Amino acid sequence: MCLAMPVRISQLLPDDMAVVDMDGVSREVSVALIDAPQEGDYVILHVGYAIGKLDAEEAARTLALMDQLAAGEQA
Amino acid sequence: MKYVDEFRRGDIARGMAAHIRTLVQPGRQYRLMEFCGGHTHAIARYGLTGLLPENIRLIHGPGCPVCVLPIGRVDSAIELALRPDVILCSYGDTLRVPASNKMSLYQARAKGADVRMVYSTKDALQIARDNPHKQVVFFAIGFETTTPPTALALLQARQEKLANFSVFCNHVLTPPAMRHLLAAGDAVELDGFIGPSHVSTVIGSAPYAAVATEFAKPVVIAGFEPLDVLQAVAMLVEQINAGRTEVETQFSRAVTLQGNDKARERVAQTMTLRDSFEWRGLGQVPHSALAIHPDFAEFDAELRFTLPYRHVADHKACECAAILRGQKQPQDCKVFGIVCTPDNPLGSCMVSSEGACAAHYHYGRFVQGATA
Repeated sequence: MCLAMPVRISQLLPDDMAVVDMDGVSREVSVALIDAPQEGDYVILHVGYAIGKLDAEEAARTLALMDQLAAGEQA
Repeated sequence: MKYVDEFRRGDIARGMAAHIRTLVQPGRQYRLMEFCGGHTHAIARYGLTGLLPENIRLIHGPGCPVCVLPIGRVDSAIELALRPDVILCSYGDTLRVPASNKMSLYQARAKGADVRMVYSTKDALQIARDNPHKQVVFFAIGFETTTPPTALALLQARQEKLANFSVFCNHVLTPPAMRHLLAAGDAVELDGFIGPSHVSTVIGSAPYAAVATEFAKPVVIAGFEPLDVLQAVAMLVEQINAGRTEVETQFSRAVTLQGNDKARERVAQTMTLRDSFEWRGLGQVPHSALAIHPDFAEFDAELRFTLPYRHVADHKACECAAILRGQKQPQDCKVFGIVCTPDNPLGSCMVSSEGACAAHYHYGRFVQGATA
């Protein structure tokens, strides 16, 4: 139920709507719940609404930590 | 897919699991509850239990909205759906939840009720616009993740004066359920929580502070991908070893301290806290659910239709209640996989893919023992 997926905003539309790209599939969704959506932003899509933005820097930091953990280094 | 594939790399998962084995102290038990069904599903699907050392036990929690919806509320939805003037709209999973007298919303549809499966509240609004002579009721369920879209539908209905639209509100809240689980007399013994993922994107990490301090349990908010879960387990083990009981966020790419203000404001505007709400498995939980705000009473299906709430006991062979409290596992249930299957569920935990029983049925039942 809380499942959601990361999608990329490819085009902003009027009325707080946007076209998002999900692995090549386009879909119109609402961006009314997030602040200042921009084309190119990655957002979390849940039941037709973007509920939050994904922070690219934090994601990169998490992945780097995972690689460190996997290599057996102290994080 | 970006932000998905890189969090599912098998080689990294194996490396992280090896690292976790170096962290755990022999002779110590780590009993970690994954609150959310999304985590339960990921753990089963990716076989994470089999990667972890034996003294880490993952215990399924009640964080599956379809699972915790009590029979009485589904009965009310069926009663509504059977009215000839009503079109009942809901997310797909609720349609199969077994209710009283061997009924479900699907069964109601077979009896002629107009029950529509929708992907989004926007679809329900469109059905209301297209059917001005029908009462269109949205059967709203879900945790804090799913609540803001319902709030926006209420605001939109007000703006358009959609007089034939209403919401049967069953939205529930995560932190009160966590506290209720820990405070119960027969509480399952836990050493920490893998905290909600997308719920926390909305509410932020701050609301879990009370759980961490009041009950001295660490909480690590984790994403729903397998590497997220493994990293959260490592973070919990480190907290437990050090005697720390803090709220930490592994899912930092989408969770902040305060969450999504805009979403929380819309919810506060349109919904209000209930004094108490029944959860399947947990019973009455104080301040754990939302009702439609009095300012939006005109869109409240519970006021528009007379819907008296009746408590209905679960099927006596069904162990969903104990499973939702973390006290039993799906394989402890006598009817699991025999009478109760995803095609023909007896209990709600077998309905949704996030339900502990459905996850175990699909992914875990053939590896029992092999991973212990």
